[in-house]
Amino acid sequence: MSTVQEATLESVVIRFAGDSGDGMQLTGSQFTNASALFGNDLATFPDFPAEIRAPIGTLAGVSGYQIHFGSTRIHTPGDMCDVLVVMNVAALKANVKSLKKGGVIIANTDGFDAKNMRLANVPEGKNPLEDGSLAEYDLKTIDITKITRAALADSGLGTKEIDRCKNMFVLGLLYWMYHRPMANTIDFIKSKFKKNEAVMNANLKVLEAGWNYGETTEMFANRYQVAPAKMDAGIYRGIMGNQAAAYGLIAASVKSGLPLFYGTYPITPASDVLHELSKYKNFDIKTFQAEDEIAGICSAIGAAFGGHLAITGSSGPGIALKTEAIGLATMLELPLVVVNIQRAGPSTGLPTKTEQADLLQAFYGRNGECPVVVVAAQSPADCFTMAYEACRIALEHMIPVFFLSDGYIANGSEPWRFPSSSQLQPITVEFAKERKASDDKFMPYFRDEKLSRPWAVPGTKGLEHRIGGLEKQNITGNISYDPDNHEYMVKLRQEKVDKVANYIPDQHIDTGSNSGDLLILGWGGTYGALKTATLQLIAEGYKVSHVHLRYLNPFPKNLGELMSRFKTVVIPELNNGQLSKIIRDKYFVDAIPYNKIQGQPFMASEVVKKIKEILA
Amino acid sequence: MTTEIAEKLTSKDFASDQEVRWCPGCGDYSILKQVQTVLPDLGRPKEEFVFISGIGCSSRFPYYMDTFGMHSIHGRATAIATGLKATRPDLSVWVITGDGDSMSIGGNHFIHMLRRNPDLNVLLFNNQIYGLTKGQYSPTSEQGKVTKSTPMGSVDYPFNPIALCLGADATFVARTMDRDPKHQQAIIKRGYEHKGTSLIEIYQNCNVFNDGAFEIFTEKGSKKMETLFMEKGKPLLFGENNEKGIKLDGFKPVIVNIADVSANDLWIHDESDLVKATILSRFYDDPSIEGHFPRPFGVFYVNPKKDTFDELFNAQIEDAKNSYGKGDLDKLIAGRETWVVN
Repeated sequence: MSTVQEATLESVVIRFAGDSGDGMQLTGSQFTNASALFGNDLATFPDFPAEIRAPIGTLAGVSGYQIHFGSTRIHTPGDMCDVLVVMNVAALKANVKSLKKGGVIIANTDGFDAKNMRLANVPEGKNPLEDGSLAEYDLKTIDITKITRAALADSGLGTKEIDRCKNMFVLGLLYWMYHRPMANTIDFIKSKFKKNEAVMNANLKVLEAGWNYGETTEMFANRYQVAPAKMDAGIYRGIMGNQAAAYGLIAASVKSGLPLFYGTYPITPASDVLHELSKYKNFDIKTFQAEDEIAGICSAIGAAFGGHLAITGSSGPGIALKTEAIGLATMLELPLVVVNIQRAGPSTGLPTKTEQADLLQAFYGRNGECPVVVVAAQSPADCFTMAYEACRIALEHMIPVFFLSDGYIANGSEPWRFPSSSQLQPITVEFAKERKASDDKFMPYFRDEKLSRPWAVPGTKGLEHRIGGLEKQNITGNISYDPDNHEYMVKLRQEKVDKVANYIPDQHIDTGSNSGDLLILGWGGTYGALKTATLQLIAEGYKVSHVHLRYLNPFPKNLGELMSRFKTVVIPELNNGQLSKIIRDKYFVDAIPYNKIQGQPFMASEVVKKIKEILA
Repeated sequence: MTTEIAEKLTSKDFASDQEVRWCPGCGDYSILKQVQTVLPDLGRPKEEFVFISGIGCSSRFPYYMDTFGMHSIHGRATAIATGLKATRPDLSVWVITGDGDSMSIGGNHFIHMLRRNPDLNVLLFNNQIYGLTKGQYSPTSEQGKVTKSTPMGSVDYPFNPIALCLGADATFVARTMDRDPKHQQAIIKRGYEHKGTSLIEIYQNCNVFNDGAFEIFTEKGSKKMETLFMEKGKPLLFGENNEKGIKLDGFKPVIVNIADVSANDLWIHDESDLVKATILSRFYDDPSIEGHFPRPFGVFYVNPKKDTFDELFNAQIEDAKNSYGKGDLDKLIAGRETWVVN
């Protein structure tokens, strides 16, 4: 037995990187599940190429998965990693800049042969494993391909199938290094390959070979304990953002008692919401893959007219196509949820990369005066809550609502102390009732205290009425070209949005004191990085607080008062300054924009640095 | 017997209180009248009818019907109606559209609706011109059309709507005209009875921007020579005294004098034959060409056997409920793997 030192760490960041076909996403998600079940807090982020099968071995084909797990609360997938697993030279080249100095590199030497070097555009004779360029790191080289082939020599499988098991070696080795329980992965393999025993056994064998490699060779001097985190008591599960969004929509359907219709067209990174919803037809979830984005939203408008909880979903380019129909829904005053999983734009932009640059599109991106409600999720699990809220507001106020998420939280995952259905806020929906010929004429644009109109679904006797995109006379809903009526209706539709502020929670300070030198005001998927940065700044003695907006149009009623308690307001965003424009306009606050537009999330460290500069 | 008597609806019950605002003499009036005449005879409560339209002169139609209705956005009525019918198969959903609305801006939704075959009734008002925008050529205007936007004549070739619909695998394809109320009523009724998307092209005169576009087919002097009224199981005949007929020579249609051929040689109209319907759809010649075929009216093709989109869509929901039971939200949210923190 080797003499291995045991050490305890508060948190660790590991990045698995390899070719798209190397199974790095699977390896990462298995490590995540094992760590979650062990009781660590964690956050993850997959980073995959836009091409489904980019040429093997090239930089374009590198797929990564980062996990940050710890015994303390974890809010981001981590800025820099402690351990970098690379299956080939392209993966090393693409990721080494995100490894901490002194960090561990576990390299599969087979992926550094002449062919891989050529594919990754590394000059001959410059093999980074041999030329000393990695001297600042703790480099561990293993011929994973060779070991895997040896372990499975008598498995009866072909070389191609054998090589597919390489990722299990990596997983086994890291399970050994970090004392992870393997039971859930063993169960996973048994269930995934239950129809192919040879492959199942091969994967199990290589997983074990990885563990044993750590145990028996003397390559690794240290093993690490990362104790369970002190989390709020409760029952947890792991959840990804798009999955949580889908569950939030389903929950709203169940709680409102309305069947759900999701009209959409596939687009990265929103398609997983469709995939997830389409599994749950037994919940009365009706998904429709339309011929284009416009038909996606229009079919949803048809479903809303018919009395369904109607939702459409897309990402930026698709949302642009839906614009005219969102205007129609605003005029019809029907409930509609528009899901936008934002990606980097404009146009096709960077489809697999994250950005928050569709906020102004959600606020203003339609012809005419066309206000809609806008909410945004702040973390993977929060997608559940805010998708649910989007539905609640749409249904109870008869209004279109934007639900904004982004590629970062949509594909990221975290532990979730999930609610029971009984804890969810009720959603009250009442259709307009049947009328007799002797009753007064039905008025489709009659309004209640929320200014919302009756939902009169076809098939209800006595409620026959016509709606449409032409301007309406208030109350009667008849077409009206009257100038005063148009101005009145424009203001009324704005007031209807504004009134939603009475039905959402007040804004709270997430981290820090109620007043101070500087307020970090964020929204959407930057939550984790901003919170981590704020905690660090407070620990260093700065009087900094963090407020994170999830209700954006209308803003919570106390936001202005809350901002006034800080000398400076800084608005960090993954765009060119969109929330800051709105805040400056609405509150006359001289907020300082802090913008990053690289398709990448904020690193907590860069936020800390920026805030210090501002305070200096 | 119950003493309750179902109220008998009349065409007046389907007229809304809104003033009809098409140009005097517009063919749309006739179509509105025929629909309001047919609907009371369908034996269906008024509240089950929904009319969805896009944009264009014809798309004002729902405002004049005292049913549920939506005047939506340009080209999208077909998509909206598909969503409504998918979620509410109990309703009788009608789409009102024009040649620009359905075949230009809404072309994509139009063909996809047809291939999916939801149980919708589509009335396509074809006037071969853009009326609402004051007279530009449309995708069904003849080539060389001189309009405000094409002072030297349009260079586009027109769509042949019936051929387009057959190409998109529509299950009910028919043509009628504004000037023939009886025929129109009969075709609308047949369209309603068809399970699946019923596509009815209606030649509709725009007397302001394209007056007389269909005159040759609709007016007494030329109608008998220039039109071919197709009737199921009957020979295809036309002419002043039905003295002419169509014969198929292999796949080639030939105009014959019936006196010259045996009755057995005449083409007997078979609405279930897609190949023959396709040949008939190509009777689309410019009537000024020598030896041209008469323009067919009536039902080109019916396929009652194809399942509708709404049936298939909802059957999956029922199958899922039968297989997995009604969904349990708490189980869904909890997922398969959970852990407890004390």
